[in-house]
Amino acid sequence: MKITVNGDEQVLDPGTTVAVLVASLGLEPRGIAVAVDGEVVTRRTWGERALVAGEQVEVLQVAQGG
Amino acid sequence: MEDPLVIAGEQFGSRLILGTGGAPSLDELERALVASGTELTTVALRRVDPRAPGSLFDVLRRAGIRPLPNTAGCYTARDAVRTAQLGREALETDWVKLEVVADERTLLPDPVELLDAAEQLVEDGFVVLAYSNDDPILARRLEDLGVAAVMPLGAPIGSGMGIRNPYNLAIILESAGVPVVLDAGIGTASDAALAMELGCDAVLLATAVTRAREPVLMATAMRHAVEAGRLARRAGRIPRRLYAEASTSFEGMADLS
Repeated sequence: MKITVNGDEQVLDPGTTVAVLVASLGLEPRGIAVAVDGEVVTRRTWGERALVAGEQVEVLQVAQGG
Repeated sequence: MEDPLVIAGEQFGSRLILGTGGAPSLDELERALVASGTELTTVALRRVDPRAPGSLFDVLRRAGIRPLPNTAGCYTARDAVRTAQLGREALETDWVKLEVVADERTLLPDPVELLDAAEQLVEDGFVVLAYSNDDPILARRLEDLGVAAVMPLGAPIGSGMGIRNPYNLAIILESAGVPVVLDAGIGTASDAALAMELGCDAVLLATAVTRAREPVLMATAMRHAVEAGRLARRAGRIPRRLYAEASTSFEGMADLS
């Protein structure tokens, strides 16, 4: 299935969860936040939240800012 | 801790809140943060970049500095609320520097969106530190909504113009029941000292340090400026007078005629 991750289209296995996606990016969960179609996905639900084809995922981290 | 800054019941030994934006490198930023003595520092949330070297998250953990997620770059209450929620997820903190700006050229706060976002976030249990215009009425409205601190600007973000309206700031300070943090516009150490002398509880600055020729030196200067300004405020300045007042007594002067 096709998912958009941070603006780039990716092909993921059906049923891929947010937790699996974050791990596949080589990221430690700490300091990371995820939104799917503009809605925040809380960390404790990453393992249950299966992505659906066509969804827009934003994976964010702490960055320099004023 | 002598004379701590208290926001929402939490104490800070330093009254300088340093933003992390604009530093030439993470290494330089870390040294500036440590030199500033800050205990609270603002951070943004941006898309992960696996190619980026190092991690700001690790820098802050190593330095033991508490991160304050911001909503920089948000133009609407909706975006600011969502960004705040993402910050809460990423950093496991209810604290947020709420920033809702009106346009790219001025980066001035949009009062209508700001009040809307502040109301929603307070309702949602956030500790809101609200970046605001230097408008006493807006500051009062934010306080009425339950923000933990109001943060009026001295001048537009990154402008380095200092405190353009000290009289408005005085009115804000006179009536504020929550801490007032001078946020934005600081150009150099004397601006930070002035903010504290006027009675601000703290100063928040980023560009003045991160884009200085020598960020570590400027961070050190800001640390001393905030401390000096605070001490001067507590000490109480003498009244301004048009004419001289001798500090040396004329009594007992020698007759040399």
